[in-house]
Amino acid sequence: MNGNGYLFAAYAITWMIHVAYLGTIVSRYSRMRAAVSRQPSAVR
Amino acid sequence: MKKLFPILGVITAILLGYALYEALVVAPTEQTMGDVQRIFYYHVPSAWTAFILFFVNFVASVVYLAKRRPVADMVALVTAEVGVVFCTVVLVTGPIWARPVWGIWWTWDVRLTSTLVLWLIYVSYLFLRRFSSSGQTPLLASALAVLGALCVPFVYLSIRFFRTQHPQPVIGGGGSLDPRMLHVLLINWLAFSCFAFMVCWSRYRLEKLQREVDEAEAMASLMAPRGSVR
Repeated sequence: MNGNGYLFAAYAITWMIHVAYLGTIVSRYSRMRAAVSRQPSAVR
Repeated sequence: MKKLFPILGVITAILLGYALYEALVVAPTEQTMGDVQRIFYYHVPSAWTAFILFFVNFVASVVYLAKRRPVADMVALVTAEVGVVFCTVVLVTGPIWARPVWGIWWTWDVRLTSTLVLWLIYVSYLFLRRFSSSGQTPLLASALAVLGALCVPFVYLSIRFFRTQHPQPVIGGGGSLDPRMLHVLLINWLAFSCFAFMVCWSRYRLEKLQREVDEAEAMASLMAPRGSVR
């Protein structure tokens, strides 16, 4: 791999890590919303 | 507040795009390392952002230990989690940069090892938060966070106190950084700081909602007639 390959790999992996973490937040948020809709009177 | 979030989200996305353009196109090519040196514009701002998040985690943990405020506990949890993500980026981009420059992926020198130890401390913190069901968990986690924060200055200063393969600090380290490189570095740091703030905000909202749902479920089980609770 040449220098540009390492550079591309570093930038791509950085964004993969961030996107993966954002994905966990979004999926947990959807699950929470579903839980809230099951108990609409209990949670604002 | 609901309108502010998407506006700040768009500003952050534009800033990240601009910072990427600056890092790849505008920043001058380093003479010795060539283009691979541009990893610097992601590696260093991620490290600084992680340090700031761990510092906020430390302050929130001290506030929780002193006043037992749930908000402080939530801020501590959120900043530790996002800080671990940024620290992971540092630990991944570092070896990718080291391989073409040093000829090795990793060496057990003080800076690299202490950064790994710091990451492990905060991962332990998150494991404690995730898998302990004791009512004392936030208290124990706060104590661990205070100890973990002591590692941050050690990591930062390790390259001054010990002989290490890692380069000296770019600011205040005696080295000279091209002003154009410094400009791009600071833009990337600003962009990643805004991004970290937005992620922390989203995660905080999630944590708040999670606690409301848990509380509501606990109340519902208490109110339910006997025998109907699973």
